[in-house]
Amino acid sequence: MRKLLLEKANIEGIRGYDVYRREGGYKSVEKALKMSPNDIVEEVKRSGLRGRGGAGFPTGMKWSFLAKPEGVARYLVCNADESEPGTFKDRYLMEFIPHLLIEGMIVSSFALGSNVSYIYIRGEYDWITDILENTIAEAKQNGFLGKNILGSGFDCEIYTHRGAGAYICGEETALLESLEGKRGLPRIKPPFPAVKGLYNCPTVVNNVETLAAVVSIINEGGEAYSKIGIGKSTGTKLISACGNINKPGVYEIDMTISVEEFIYSDEYCGGIPNGKKLKACIPGGSSVPILPANLLLRTAKGEKRLMNYESLADGGFATGSMMGSGGFEVLDEDQCIVRHTLSLARFYRHESCGQCSPCREGTGWMEKILKKIENGKGELKDIDLLWDIQRKIEGNTICPLGDAAAWPVAAAIRHFRDEFEWHVLHPEECLKRNYGLAHYADPIENIVTT
Amino acid sequence: MAEEIKNTAPQNFKVTIDNITVEVPVGTTILNAARMVGGEVAPPAMCYYTHLKDSGGKCRTCLVEIAAGSTADPRPMPKLVASCRTNVMDGMVVKNITSEKVLDARKGVVEFLLINHPLDCPICDQAGECYLQDLSYAHGAVQTRYEFKRRTFVREDIGQYIQLHMTRCILCYRCVYVADQLTNNRVHGILDRGDQSDISTYISKAIDNDFSGNMIDVCPVGALTDRTFRFKNRVWFLKPMDAHRDCDKCCGKVTLWNRGDEVYRITSRKDQWNEVQMIDGKPAWICNTCRFDKKHTSDWVIEGPTKIDRHSVISQGHYVGSVGTVKPPDPLQKVLQGRKPHLLLDIHDQSEVNTAEVHLSEIEGPSVFETFNGDPHASGHNVTDVKIGVSTNEKGTDSTNPNTP
Repeated sequence: MRKLLLEKANIEGIRGYDVYRREGGYKSVEKALKMSPNDIVEEVKRSGLRGRGGAGFPTGMKWSFLAKPEGVARYLVCNADESEPGTFKDRYLMEFIPHLLIEGMIVSSFALGSNVSYIYIRGEYDWITDILENTIAEAKQNGFLGKNILGSGFDCEIYTHRGAGAYICGEETALLESLEGKRGLPRIKPPFPAVKGLYNCPTVVNNVETLAAVVSIINEGGEAYSKIGIGKSTGTKLISACGNINKPGVYEIDMTISVEEFIYSDEYCGGIPNGKKLKACIPGGSSVPILPANLLLRTAKGEKRLMNYESLADGGFATGSMMGSGGFEVLDEDQCIVRHTLSLARFYRHESCGQCSPCREGTGWMEKILKKIENGKGELKDIDLLWDIQRKIEGNTICPLGDAAAWPVAAAIRHFRDEFEWHVLHPEECLKRNYGLAHYADPIENIVTT
Repeated sequence: MAEEIKNTAPQNFKVTIDNITVEVPVGTTILNAARMVGGEVAPPAMCYYTHLKDSGGKCRTCLVEIAAGSTADPRPMPKLVASCRTNVMDGMVVKNITSEKVLDARKGVVEFLLINHPLDCPICDQAGECYLQDLSYAHGAVQTRYEFKRRTFVREDIGQYIQLHMTRCILCYRCVYVADQLTNNRVHGILDRGDQSDISTYISKAIDNDFSGNMIDVCPVGALTDRTFRFKNRVWFLKPMDAHRDCDKCCGKVTLWNRGDEVYRITSRKDQWNEVQMIDGKPAWICNTCRFDKKHTSDWVIEGPTKIDRHSVISQGHYVGSVGTVKPPDPLQKVLQGRKPHLLLDIHDQSEVNTAEVHLSEIEGPSVFETFNGDPHASGHNVTDVKIGVSTNEKGTDSTNPNTP
């Protein structure tokens, strides 16, 4: 298949402007500035591009919701605060082909009428901030940023802003608060950012990969883009694969391949090391529900599960999961689900902003109970209590962090309850051999080779 | 033309809350619409405060179910919404106490609020007028399921008049909004995040502002207490009186909390929702001079006793309102098993365990020993040992008694 985002990422010197331009960079800006902003929005709508940050909301629709009151500035903010455990696709994109993001942002800024656009970048990515600063300076030197870009009369500046290491600032309204210089606390919606966002002005917040994808949509047309992929999952998607696989890394896939192929084929993850068996997998970043091997490879209906938005979500949370942000974490038979859930719960407890009570108190409580079970001091009632706590957090919080903290715990109990019970019933054994039960790792018969 | 549009636009929205339909002005929140209905229909609110802009949405006790969004779009909302921050739409159907989902979620929220709360009501100055107390009576569980160490903080004096007891705080952010909106500059705020969030100042004792005392009034729990009133009295022993004086900083309309002629504390006047009353169209915040420095009845013109129309122990059972009429189950009837003693003391006569076999007067007095000559050290019978080593403090009270201050 043809790659759209990472096609040129391996070319020597692509990070610099000269090579990038020689390889056909910034063509989309030249093309877009001759179009009308509304045509660009229509083109993006036609492409069926869905937000790559996690929720999968159609980008064109999001753009068309942007309020356009007279005399009020509009802003485009690029969400580069990629902090989800297991997700590192934006980092790869920004580190190796940074001009693609800047190009996408210029086109998108023009489409949305944003004269000042921001890249809110994760604090830990400090070296990438330097790369982006350099990229922005190069684009400006060559007339793609600044006043009157390519003589079109459109002015645009892009600024980077580094976060200070808070996961919550990846939530769009917390990101805007942080960008304004306040504490990164999510806002209560409505109003949505499309009406009142940055500095109370209409704002669109998009993920890095989404904005980068706009480049090929403009270059080749929304129609062509929508033909890649399947159903409503159009285009290509970056997947950052990690965990117990032979070849961890960032892969660009079109969303027609199966999960089985993705894990076992040599083109992608290359199978599970040391001849171990697949036990479970989190297909879309730490906050989406974990799936046991049997439900991961086949849906509850017995169909082959594909790497796309619809197929991964097939069966709802009872038997399915989510595409999420594309952080693909694979667990082999030696991994302990309880320990894994504890480490996620610890993360969400640490990253909860503390603004609303269910998330602030509930995440800490869940972590304590999981720690107790993990250390062989749990009781059977603790498992029910955990279930009850997550149920009372989910959906009752201001922002999706509460849901993100509740889902991993819920899914772990839903699919691996006997492993929790094993920990409780074998308190001494679980301290010695902390990988619980391994019988979930069903042998895979037909390994796809490509 | 513009005039015409204005006239045809609806001025009021009809909203149905728990099967009761009310008409409210456009832009009213669901919570305020429910308060217009009153009674049990009004959801509890721990963080929302009408007179503080941007407050609310944080504690999640006021969650309600939207069974129908509006007449134009009658779809139900998928999640429960915070009624304090959601405006009503025309034809909206809201379920509060009629929704199982809401009551379940609310129970969860109360549990979350209480897991790290010290539950030290017996020594807390807020007890009796505490919203968290009322909330846990109405929606709390009998017993906690939390078995870990509770979060604690060191007590801190912030400024001359206020003590911060962060352990009790439920992080409603109301005091932060008071400092933002009533005082010249805010010097306290939230430090850290998540369950380690801490309200503090960087420079201790720094809060010194004419209106900082209102932070005590807005605090729904006993986290911010009046240092001039700490441990002086229980609120239910005090008699609230409306009073006023001429003040150049504030409206000067307050509630005095008296016992006899002595003024123990002064607060702003609260309405039935425990919020500052509106007087002359403005919220009646009071300044620190009125609150802390004028503690003599001679400083004030007394208007009369305050009517407390909120069910709370401060109203001493004589409340007149209709808010929060859920009473905690009275355990006494259960304990007495149908017996109806005239006085609690009668329990001795009724008790099957301690049935008196011998009348007390028939027992020979055990208190006097023949060998005891008045000197406790003279014999082996140190009957008064228990009193040795007991010193009295300067007030003359027994210092071994833990209840003595």
